[in-house]
Formats: sequence, C-alpha cells, structure tokens
Amino acid sequence: MLMCLAIPAKILSLQGEKAQVDFGQGVLRDVNVSLVEAKLGDYVLVHAGYAIQILEEKEALETLSLWNDVLASTGE
Amino acid sequence: MSANLRFRNPELAQNIAKKIREVAPKKGQVKICHVCGTHEWTITHFGLRSLLPENVEVIAGPGCPVCIVPAAEIDEAVLLAKQGQVITCFGDLLRVPGSESSLLEAKAAGADVRIVYALSDAVEMAKKEPEKDFVFHAVGFETTAPITAVEALGDLPKNFSFLVSHRLIPPAMELLLGVGDLEIDGFLAPGHVSAIIGLKPYELFTRVYRMPTVVAGFEPNDVLMAIYMVVKQHSENDAKLENEYSRVVKPEGNKKAQEMIEKAFEVVAGNWRGIGRLPDSALQLRESLAQYDARKKYGVKVEQGKDILLGCECHLVIIGKIKPKECPMFLKACTPAKPVGACMVSSEGTCRVWAKNVAANSP
Repeated sequence: MLMCLAIPAKILSLQGEKAQVDFGQGVLRDVNVSLVEAKLGDYVLVHAGYAIQILEEKEALETLSLWNDVLASTGE
Repeated sequence: MSANLRFRNPELAQNIAKKIREVAPKKGQVKICHVCGTHEWTITHFGLRSLLPENVEVIAGPGCPVCIVPAAEIDEAVLLAKQGQVITCFGDLLRVPGSESSLLEAKAAGADVRIVYALSDAVEMAKKEPEKDFVFHAVGFETTAPITAVEALGDLPKNFSFLVSHRLIPPAMELLLGVGDLEIDGFLAPGHVSAIIGLKPYELFTRVYRMPTVVAGFEPNDVLMAIYMVVKQHSENDAKLENEYSRVVKPEGNKKAQEMIEKAFEVVAGNWRGIGRLPDSALQLRESLAQYDARKKYGVKVEQGKDILLGCECHLVIIGKIKPKECPMFLKACTPAKPVGACMVSSEGTCRVWAKNVAANSP
C-alpha cells in the first residue's frame, strides 16, 4: 500500500468511532472516524483504515472554476 | 463532467501544460522538488514529465516513509520478532532491508510477522490472542502518526506496544535546501501530510528561504496545476505559499489530529536512511505512554545499522540528487523482484515507481 495514499469514501452508517464507508463500486469497509467530525453522507479521506479529513465538494468545484479562470486567461 | 473526472481530464492536462510552457523562463532551469511517494507515482504513472518544457524539472525528495526508516530500526523489529514478539506492520515494510535481515527473512526463519491493512486490525489480533505479545511497527509521516496516536491514547490491551519509526516532513525539506548543488527552485508540498499539519509549517520555506511552495493534490491535473503555480511564482520572482489542494487541505490542518499527535508524542532527533540524523524530525511516545513503547518495554535499542549496501545509490536517490536510472544497479542487480535498496522495495520508493514505468521518464 502507498503510505501517503488516501482514498475518498462516503459514510453510510456511523456508530461511535466506527463508520461503514463506501469506496465506490460496492467496496464497503469499516473505518475509524475518531480523527474527524464526520456526519452521515459526508465524503471522508481514508488513510490506512482511518478517516483523516472530510472532503469538501464545494471546495472541489471552486478549485475547478479557479482553474478555468487561469486557463481562460490568454497567454502572452 | 463530475468534479472527480475533471481532475484527470487529459484535455485539461494539455491546457495546463500549455500554460506551464507560457510562464516557464526562456533561459535557465527550474527545478521543483516534491517530497511524497504518491506524487512520484502520479507523475510517473501519468507520464507528466513528458508534458513539461525541457527546462522544467521535477525531482523526488525523501517522500517514501518506508524507504527512510534506518536499518537500525528494522534491526530492532527483527530482534523483537526473534525474541518471540508478534510483529505487525504494513506490507511495504516486510522486505525493507535491515543490516542483516528483513522482516520477511525473519518470518521465513520462523518468526511471527503479520501484515495488517489497518492498525486497528493489529489491536484486534492482540485482543484475540492475549497469550502472545504484539508489536506494531509504526512507520509513516504526519499523515499516519495521528492514527498511532489515536490507538496509543485509546484502550489498548496490555500485550500491545509500538515500535515507533514516525518521521516529520518539514525538517527533511529544510535539509534539502542545505544540500549545496541540489539548487531547488520550489516545492510541491505533500497534500495528505498537509491535510494534517495545515499550511503554517511551510511558512519557513517562503519567508526564510524564499522558496515558492505549493501544496498539491494527487490527481494528475492537481500536480500539473501545482507545477504551473510554482513555475509562475519563480518567473515572477515571487515566493508564496499556495494551496492547490483546498478541497482537502484546510489552512489550519486537522486540529484534532494535531492534538492527538501532541498528546501522544514528543518530537526528537531521528535517523533517516541515506540521510543521517536530523534534529526535531522524529516522534517518540511520551513517558506517560512508556508501557506501549516497545523499545522501553523490551529494552531493545539498536544504535547503528548498515543503511546502504555497497554499490547501492539509494542515499542519492532519496534526496533527489540522482535519478534511479543513473544508479548502475537500477534494473540490473536491483529489480522489484530482487531489490537491493529500500527505494526499490516500497511501492512508494522512487526506484520502484520508475521500474514499474520505465518509459514514462525516458527523455
């Protein structure tokens, strides 16, 4: 496994510090969520079985719109 | 197109590459250093170097947490395994060479060495087998350290302890700036380390060293965009800290994780394979958690190990001084199937990443 790799997954159910998450394509796993304040339905970044951060969809879209601005500016 | 796919869209990649060519200086080199095995994987796997102008170079620094574990600490794990403790670790660590033996060789000789996917799996094993003593060899940078902290501060069984080999990234970045002829012009800071530590620890690089520093995500377009941001700063003679990966990295990082690290560990000097001793670059369990510190629990401490075998140039690859293909052993005496150095062992090691995709980094 890659030690700085972290994969996004969606929280399906929560029970204390444990959550069942969906990595997509039917891959479900229990992960530890004690390092984040995650809610049901949140996307979290999972590293070695532990959620280390919550993914912000709003930020993702803003990043892309920022890129579009940069790319739209004409090059000299 | 969903946000996810945009981060991999090839057309967008070409557009960013065009932008990089536009802002790249007409004369002179721009050398950008990243310090993350997953960045090297993205760059190599997607052939990103082939999209860059000739005078923009991206080199790999010490970003593989498995590769930089010194042989002496592998020796400690092997020693514990031979004494009868069950050693648990992530799969990558198994073949990393110690001075005499790797954990895999110890396992082949009869020691109980087990690969786990998550630290919690190792803790569960220890609970199920109370008659045995379990040690987890905790390797990794700031991304992984809070996980060790969570368990060390949690409800651990008495038969469980840690052999801690955690290291911190900013001290390694600072070291690179002191390597005379490396001449780095900017940093790509590692996204998932930054998710934990936030932006503040990098201020040193912009303020003191005037180094453009951009926190980068791991999709190909994340990395290209971050390269663009560094090159642009360089051309404008700027030195700012920018965050390309804001969908994950908050300026303050993950406060809860930082608190856990602070509670569980103290920062000490640590040895790095191929680099040597760096001040304030390693974590050690606090005295209050000494019962979970395998070194103290079992009185194991190996001071010196044999980090680099004769002919192996891992020490130069680790700091980005040479490319894997400049090592005379690369894909000759040292291959993924029969690795000589740590950089060829781990799936995040620069040599291993290059070996899996030789064509991507050919001129």
